[in-house]
Amino acid sequence: MDALITLLLEFAIPTLVVAAVFVALLLYALPREVRTIFKRELKSYFTSPIAYVLFVVFLGISNALSFFFTGVLEGGEADLFLPYFQYLPWYLILIAPAVGMRLWSEEQRLGTLELILTMPLAPWHAILGKYLAAAVVLFTMLVLSFPIVWTINFLGEPDNGVILAGFVATYLVALCFLAVTSVVSAITRSQLVALLVSVAICLVLWLGGLPHLSEMLMNLKGGWLVAWPVLKLINSVGVMPHFTELAKGVLGLRDLVFFVTFIAFCLFATSVAIRVKRA
Amino acid sequence: MIEVENLHKHFGSKVAVDGVSFTVKKGEVLGFLGPNGAGKSTTMRMVTGFLPATKGRVRIGGADIEENEIEAKSKIGYLPEAAPLYSDMTVEAFLRFAAEMRRVPAGEIQAAVDRAIETTFLEPVRHQSVDTLSKGYRHRTCFAQSIIHDPEVLILDEPTDGLDPNQKHEIRQLIRRMGETKAILFSTHILEEVEASCTRAIIIDRGRVVADGTPEELKAKATNAGTVVLRATGLAGSGIRAELEKLDATASVEVVESSDEGLTARIQPAKGKADQLSAAVFGLCKDKSLTVHELKVEEGRLDLLFREITKKETEK
Repeated sequence: MDALITLLLEFAIPTLVVAAVFVALLLYALPREVRTIFKRELKSYFTSPIAYVLFVVFLGISNALSFFFTGVLEGGEADLFLPYFQYLPWYLILIAPAVGMRLWSEEQRLGTLELILTMPLAPWHAILGKYLAAAVVLFTMLVLSFPIVWTINFLGEPDNGVILAGFVATYLVALCFLAVTSVVSAITRSQLVALLVSVAICLVLWLGGLPHLSEMLMNLKGGWLVAWPVLKLINSVGVMPHFTELAKGVLGLRDLVFFVTFIAFCLFATSVAIRVKRA
Repeated sequence: MIEVENLHKHFGSKVAVDGVSFTVKKGEVLGFLGPNGAGKSTTMRMVTGFLPATKGRVRIGGADIEENEIEAKSKIGYLPEAAPLYSDMTVEAFLRFAAEMRRVPAGEIQAAVDRAIETTFLEPVRHQSVDTLSKGYRHRTCFAQSIIHDPEVLILDEPTDGLDPNQKHEIRQLIRRMGETKAILFSTHILEEVEASCTRAIIIDRGRVVADGTPEELKAKATNAGTVVLRATGLAGSGIRAELEKLDATASVEVVESSDEGLTARIQPAKGKADQLSAAVFGLCKDKSLTVHELKVEEGRLDLLFREITKKETEK
């Protein structure tokens, strides 16, 4: 029992700190418009079944797969990275777009985009407010996967700092995929199209960072003159290496900067997409 | 309050709005008329800042809609044509959301929501979810969000669409009343609406303004304006007709019904003599000792003018 309390504290404190920073940001640093949009959007997630369905799917898949197929229990060592965290981004390729697909396509389908954009707010207020609401949904989802940490602690003595790093890295990847979905959903009014296109892009982003691809690029440099720059670009925005570094507990500034820049760029691209669509 | 200067909108090679200019002052209700696809909604979307204009300027209370976007938008209440709403909210929650977004101070939100609900007769559905509302209620809910912050400028795209006759009447009264203190621009293709609530009207066709004036001025431009209708007996119909045609002020006589006893005719005034025609006809009847059963001057009809103007444009 004591162990559980210690464990809860170890994880509850960072979680609460993140939540507190977030709430403070919303209440004091961001304009009222962002807050209003955020509130509406978040409420909309939790009054429709979508958030709950995704929670169940995500927790079901991630826990079932790690327990039964990837051998968290058989491993003998209490390390979550290999059996658990390395697979999470794969599920997120599907889950994050499923959370974000409605962000802007739904506004377009309902016609409410016309209302929002004629209200006295800058487009970035709306983009940020909606993005943050979806980010909270993903955050809740990761928090709910806490039982696996408890299980591991029950079975052995893992390095909880590394596990926390694994969650942080996973969340940052989820936020990247969500940002991509935000752009795509601004382009189409169909949620299904937004989902499929986003999943495809996220897959490329994830695989683009495969170590093999980097090696392949080194060897190909001479021949494939046309494809090389394209592959190089995909490789350079590949999310995987940044995730791997962070998830191992190596908190590198370079990786953090990558994630923040990537998300900021996507949110900016969302505003461009919305503007171009109207012109 | 609303100043629109030489507004253009091109969608690819298609010209949707082609140099529209007008102003709406405080205390004015401007009716925006035109056939479907004339560019009414596109113009309104540019005025509200939803669509960027290809060329031209829009100023709301002095603030440019593109350069000073937020200030300009904060003065506007807007009802889009399709009356879009978030279907997962209740009517009251949606109006609260709109009030917050439209910068109603936190302490006044409840009062603003109550007032808007009362004004637009939404009390019976206040707690109902938007996706269960009938078309009329949906429309009024969206109308309510446009007036929630008591804006100086109201832009309404077909505000009475989908309402029953009683509700239409109420909304027209409301527009008329609010027009005393605000600048209102509303589009419609229902002509009686213009007469019922506008102080001025613009007819737009193929992206251009083709007529602009008070409803009375516009009606005077219709071909039937000033026509005198006469039903008189005491002489053979053909005789009366001949006498009428001799009058200076007459352009032409159209006989509706004629017999040995008398006739019914519509007399078109000659150009510039519309105001003399009825007196001349009456004088004639007196001279010839005719019994006058009916003598009246027709007001121009807006629908006639509308058809004439928009048809001419189409033929060009």
